[in-house]
Amino acid sequence: MIGDDLVLDVRDLRMRYGTNDVLKGVTFQARRGEVLSLLGPNGAGKTTTIEILEGFRMRSAGEVSVLGVDPANADESWRARLGVVLQSWRDHGKWRVRDLLAHLATFYEPYHRPWDADELIEVVGLTEHARKRVHRLSGGQRRRLDVAIGIVGRPDLLFLDEPTVGFDPAARREFHELVHRLADEDTTILLTTHDLAEAEKLADRILILAGGKVIADGSADQLSLQMATETEVKWTLHGQRYVHATTEATKFVHDLFKQHGDDIADLEVRRGTLEDTYMAMVVAFESGQYEAAEREFVEVAR
Amino acid sequence: MTPLVSAARSGMRRGLFEFRQSFITSTDIIGIVVPNLILLTVMIFMRGSTVGTTGFSLGTMSLSGVLGMSVAFSGMMTVTQHLAVEREDGTLLRAKAIPNGMFGYLTGKVVLIACLTVVNLLVILIPGLLLFDGLALDSVGSWVTLIGVLVLGLLATMPIGAILGSLFENPRNAGVLMLPVMGLVAISGIFAPLGEMTEWLRFVGQLFPIYWLGLGMRSALLPDSMAVVEIGGSWRHLETIGVLGLWAVIGFILAPAVLRRMARRESGASMAQRREKALQRVT
Repeated sequence: MIGDDLVLDVRDLRMRYGTNDVLKGVTFQARRGEVLSLLGPNGAGKTTTIEILEGFRMRSAGEVSVLGVDPANADESWRARLGVVLQSWRDHGKWRVRDLLAHLATFYEPYHRPWDADELIEVVGLTEHARKRVHRLSGGQRRRLDVAIGIVGRPDLLFLDEPTVGFDPAARREFHELVHRLADEDTTILLTTHDLAEAEKLADRILILAGGKVIADGSADQLSLQMATETEVKWTLHGQRYVHATTEATKFVHDLFKQHGDDIADLEVRRGTLEDTYMAMVVAFESGQYEAAEREFVEVAR
Repeated sequence: MTPLVSAARSGMRRGLFEFRQSFITSTDIIGIVVPNLILLTVMIFMRGSTVGTTGFSLGTMSLSGVLGMSVAFSGMMTVTQHLAVEREDGTLLRAKAIPNGMFGYLTGKVVLIACLTVVNLLVILIPGLLLFDGLALDSVGSWVTLIGVLVLGLLATMPIGAILGSLFENPRNAGVLMLPVMGLVAISGIFAPLGEMTEWLRFVGQLFPIYWLGLGMRSALLPDSMAVVEIGGSWRHLETIGVLGLWAVIGFILAPAVLRRMARRESGASMAQRREKALQRVT
């Protein structure tokens, strides 16, 4: 791996509020053009992590490098290479969509060429609303505007916090295409989502954060292999449909054919979804923590 | 072009843009017209009364003072209100997320408030010149004084507004500022000469910019003979420049630090929290 390719380099990141440790040593890297999805239960520290990387929040300890710079003392030329998609609410309500994007784009001009407002509006599918005032947009349209504002400066690194909340299925699909397009243009993307199907579809790599630590880091396939979640096998035999869940699907199917041969029809083997893997991991982690706490308690009792 | 110069230009365009938007937004127009209309009406009723033994119209005198008050209100209260509201709704967070965005945002705010202040002045001054006897903007000197007081007044009051706006987490709480400010107006000699006030109230009034803005505007618009009813029987131009200048200097020393502190604390999480709170209030 070439050093220049490392867009995000986080080592042993810690964050403490008062006596509460929110991040207890988070470590991960991201290479240029990678799409990373950060998953985890509420309160796991996702937002804190992202805000530290965005330079919006000071960390307690650890090393962080974003685009080769420590966000804690980064300057505005660093900021110009970053895109942040914020969950908007009602800011800039009086502005027209096109005017607002054109205005925000001017801040990037001294650094590099930003998106042309009309082109960008088309890319996010807001062309027919370009002249509308922002407060007249629907929730989904507003969210698309948020995305447009996030990428108007053609960022090298894009942060997306819950990007598709309030999207209808068509808008969601268009958004996914946009993310793929940005990744193809070598934009590195870090996104958080609660939609696991979306994470599976978009992300090259998935990070699961729980209890202030990274408990899993890999592609959706790698994670599901690692967790050995149950695979669902369906087949038809003599006109009847059967379903069986197993952790050893290959062996099971082999046995099935040995027993029934050509009588097996309509075979379907479905590996556990990311959701299954995710739930299994979080549950395992939490019960592990519980056991650890119990052990500690026993030790103290002695 | 350096990034900062470019951001300043973007900010100026932003200010003018928002200024234009104010004139196609009905609530903004009402916000400009109604208070000024009320003030004008009150002063029209005061036209008949006279100031002490001078025989000069109290309405005319108050109208000049009100122009000073108007500058103070725009500079302080409007800036406070805008900052508090736009912090809550996420405008500031957006500014923080783009390069030099905060600088551009503040530049835009200064331009917007300056333009709105001028409009507020004209809304009272133009009918005033037509309806009130004794107002005079007939010499270069009075124009220079008027513009000088306006500029110095904005410099003195906008940093105060920025500091207050940074301190209020919730824009609805910023409304409580109105009470002390109205109290200040009462002891600043806007609607009546300070002559009858007790010594210490006069002293307190003279510590704050409102009094000096009122005095400055009176000196610009009223005949010089009217200076006799002022404290010390003079327009006290040097003192006006001194006090307003001192407020400006203190403001410009403190405001950047306070604003930076506020900006540093802006994050998506704190925004989300405020949004949650605001939505709870609605339902």
